[in-house]
Amino acid sequence: MATIEKSVSIERQVNTGFDVQRIREDFPVLRQTVNGKPLVYLDNAASSQVPQVVIDRGSIYLEDEHSNIHRGVHYLSQKATTAYEGAREKVKRFINARESRECIFVRGATEGINLVMHGYGRKFIGAGDEIIISAMEHHANIVPWQMLCEEKGARLRVIPMNDAGELLLDEYDALLNERTKFVAVTHVSNALGTVNPIKRMIDQAHKYGVPVLIDGAQGVPHMLVDVQDLDCDFYAFSGHKMFAPTGSGVVYGKAALLETMNPFQGGGDMIKSVTFEKTIYGDLPNKFEAGTPAIASQIGLGAAIDYLHTIDRKQAAAHEDELLRYATEKLSAIEGVRIIGTAREKLSVLSFVIDDIHPHDIGTILDQEGIAVRAGHHCAQPVMQRFNVPATARASFAFYNTKEEVDVLARTIERVVEIFS
Amino acid sequence: MSELSELYQQVILDHNKKPRNFRKLESANHSAEGFNPLCGDHLTVYLNLEDDAVKEISFEGSGCAISKAAASMMTQAVKGKSKEDAEQLFTSFHEMVTSDLDEENVVERLGNLKVFSGVREFPVRVKCATLPWHTMHAALNNEALVSTE
Repeated sequence: MATIEKSVSIERQVNTGFDVQRIREDFPVLRQTVNGKPLVYLDNAASSQVPQVVIDRGSIYLEDEHSNIHRGVHYLSQKATTAYEGAREKVKRFINARESRECIFVRGATEGINLVMHGYGRKFIGAGDEIIISAMEHHANIVPWQMLCEEKGARLRVIPMNDAGELLLDEYDALLNERTKFVAVTHVSNALGTVNPIKRMIDQAHKYGVPVLIDGAQGVPHMLVDVQDLDCDFYAFSGHKMFAPTGSGVVYGKAALLETMNPFQGGGDMIKSVTFEKTIYGDLPNKFEAGTPAIASQIGLGAAIDYLHTIDRKQAAAHEDELLRYATEKLSAIEGVRIIGTAREKLSVLSFVIDDIHPHDIGTILDQEGIAVRAGHHCAQPVMQRFNVPATARASFAFYNTKEEVDVLARTIERVVEIFS
Repeated sequence: MSELSELYQQVILDHNKKPRNFRKLESANHSAEGFNPLCGDHLTVYLNLEDDAVKEISFEGSGCAISKAAASMMTQAVKGKSKEDAEQLFTSFHEMVTSDLDEENVVERLGNLKVFSGVREFPVRVKCATLPWHTMHAALNNEALVSTE
């Protein structure tokens, strides 16, 4: 597996050699103050910030290339099309897809999962069939499958997890059977930070001939992902969590599967020919990209990938690992703080609760000190129910965060505890 | 942190810690549930309404300090009031936390509920403070469920 190996964590204590101050200069948003305090942006699992080169690329498109793609004989349309398809090529190399037509541009991971539910699920899953998801899914990887189950009379099965927030793989193995028609699991939990052993899980499903979708929204920003090595059938992710603008995203699918699937939305750009009697759908990837897409955003995603190639991603991952370790240590030392999600394989997300203090109050007080965290259920209400908490506060890191920022976080949490004592 | 101390005043912290009328009301003849799906706040307001007057009121549920304290102080403020006066109080409270108007008569009508005036500096928290009131309003009007998103 070409994902960044956990061996980097062994070197935690050593200097990671990662020049975070230089990296921070690439992100203009980080220069601002909030409530008179330097912004401490720890909400990267919700949306990460955008480097100057990505902003510039978007401006170039809008200034020099803006026009509609795939349909104009004129100069600008050809330029826009080249840039848009160039971004797809970058995505292909980024996740090591076999062909760029396997990379469908969508508005984000949510739309990608819905595309697979409609295109694959509604065609191939029927009454009595079973779909397996996990107990730590984001609502985006629960609700579409529930809708499908309701429509088709299929059954949703859920892989349980332990108190650390690790999936129980024996239970997963036991859930797989000849009725299983689909598996949809997250690469990394947005609420707990757990990294799931997806390669093993994919192998296991394939023994039953079952296709697997990976929700990679929290995976790609932190790990090197190789879809061929994983052998996943679908992999969905969002651009805005990996330093690109909102509205960009990808669902990768194996060409053979995408070919057999129904289109997602109908409209322009996804057809070969239309008469009132019959429409012939376009080839991949157009078949799944009806209407004018978010051209500027997807070109921005291509630029974000270029940006990621300029930094040493193994070093970046080691730096993030170290931030997580340091923050876990600092916050655990504060009386009343409890970390939710203590999986052995974990990255970048630190969910916590404080005795008798609601996360919303924590979030407000942190915000006053310029610290952005997420407070709430993180679109993972079943995770909250599993851990018997109404909500958590969540600090989530990107490689541009610093230990000093973790210190500010820890100090302010001490202040929160003080206010409510 | 001056705006913060405006928001988290001692009296609010006290009601959060020791919410008053925090129980299920066995004699309730009206009740409603309120949700804030955004932050997970969830409460039930119970009313014993007799001759259009709030004879008893209580609540239970979970939420942030602002919503819990708002619910607690609401029960104290509304108990014994006529339905009409309770609704009027809701209107005044809503005005106070959503507008910059510091109309003296509004604040005067609200008595100690004016400790919530700091909430208007925190727009995302307004729903926390008003959820219990929306829920009470629903209970008064026989609506079973409210959601503030």
